[in-house]
Amino acid sequence: MAYMEFTIRDLRRIMHESAGEGDGGDVEIATMDTEFTQLGYESLALLETGSRIEREFGIRLDDSDLFDSPTPRALIEAVNAQLTLRQAA
Amino acid sequence: MTARAVVTGIGVMSPNSPGGFGAADYWTATCGGQSGIGRVTRFDPRRYPARLAGEVRGFSAEEHLPGRLIPQTDRMTQLALVTADHALADAGVSTPEMPEFGMGVVTASSCGGFEFGQGELQNLWSKGGQYVSAYQAFAWFYAVNTGQISIRHGMRGPSGVLVSDQAGGLDAIAHACRLVRGGSDLILSGGVDASICPWGWVAHLASGRLSTSERPDRAYLPFDADAAGHVPGEGGALLIIEDSGAARRRGADRVYGEISGYGSTFDPRPGSGRSPALGKAIEIALEGAGLSPGEIDVVFADAAAVPELDRVEAAAITSVFGPRGVPVTAPKTMTGRLGSGAAPLDVAAAFLSMRSGLIPPTTNVTLSPDYDIDLVTTRPRRASVHAAVVLARGHGGFNSAIVLRSIDWN
Repeated sequence: MAYMEFTIRDLRRIMHESAGEGDGGDVEIATMDTEFTQLGYESLALLETGSRIEREFGIRLDDSDLFDSPTPRALIEAVNAQLTLRQAA
Repeated sequence: MTARAVVTGIGVMSPNSPGGFGAADYWTATCGGQSGIGRVTRFDPRRYPARLAGEVRGFSAEEHLPGRLIPQTDRMTQLALVTADHALADAGVSTPEMPEFGMGVVTASSCGGFEFGQGELQNLWSKGGQYVSAYQAFAWFYAVNTGQISIRHGMRGPSGVLVSDQAGGLDAIAHACRLVRGGSDLILSGGVDASICPWGWVAHLASGRLSTSERPDRAYLPFDADAAGHVPGEGGALLIIEDSGAARRRGADRVYGEISGYGSTFDPRPGSGRSPALGKAIEIALEGAGLSPGEIDVVFADAAAVPELDRVEAAAITSVFGPRGVPVTAPKTMTGRLGSGAAPLDVAAAFLSMRSGLIPPTTNVTLSPDYDIDLVTTRPRRASVHAAVVLARGHGGFNSAIVLRSIDWN
């Protein structure tokens, strides 16, 4: 099975689908370390995003994965950590 | 000094306006007898006994609202947000320059976000709980229009929602006036409803009051001998209601009029033998306004188009104003009944009547000889309108009446 990686492009697409375009700037390389709240995404937007990531990538995210990851970089790392666990299993 | 509640802005969302919004377009269409009723297009109505609705056509939420709001809002909220933008712009209010706790939002809702809710229930039962949108938490909810308008414009003062079917549209406006009298500078109030989706349709059908006619010009005929139920519609109106002193201080250059009286009653239990309480609501509203029936220039009727309910309303109007004692109209024959949006749209129409000197017609209706009211039919009637009464009833016994007056502002 090919190694799966969750990228900034995946995150941007899923956030657009689930919560719309942010009103404080888009999710992209330049905003990897900008907090989601600054980008205009509140907790429900993250919850909805998390649920779509789980469905699409077949992983489980804890609330702590979502809410302790205030930036795109942290969330991408948390998702990839789960993907690595799943693929190692 | 008693604080007076004046209306400084109107936002309209109506099936008979092209694209939905715009008070001027609504008024032109309404005085021209232009109907927005047609076959349901938002879903296939073939398998349902009622197939006509007043739909807002040509409205694109993406053109008017930021992308962040689209996935989290039902259609009724999208319509309400755009209507609110128009009301604020009409009043010349720039919310970022106003004290945020001095402005509130009070809307009415009769269904909540049914279309959104239907989609999420389908996700739940066909795919599983993990497919239900997190936004379902509030997108369906009665108070969601109030909340989203409040968030969008930073209006953080006293706010709420009234749920009493069609009467709620007036109950909300009355509550807004109460808040203004209690010290709030500005309350955005009224109602915008939309529930033309299969789930909403089944709920409407359950009332037993929908017309099953397939002819748009014969389906909704209040006070007509052929009255056989109503056509539901989507839309409504939102008003900017301000304390008159606060409106002066911010330099409001135009006022539509004032909301000067309000009455609400609840009908006695069916079978009790006691009479319905709509007439009493009108009397309470007139007393609050300090006006006699003879000083009212027009009544906008609830216009149920169910014979028994038409009889009750005609009797209430006749008992207060006398036989053919006041012009009566129901322009909602051109829009359908808009739930909690209906009465706020009638309030807007009443203020536009004052401004234009025209009472809009109750199109398509031939007055039944059973009713001794002066119903304005076919064409608008020229009239000098200084004071108006708007009536609204809600399923289950709610009756509300509101008195509006013109005001000499400049």
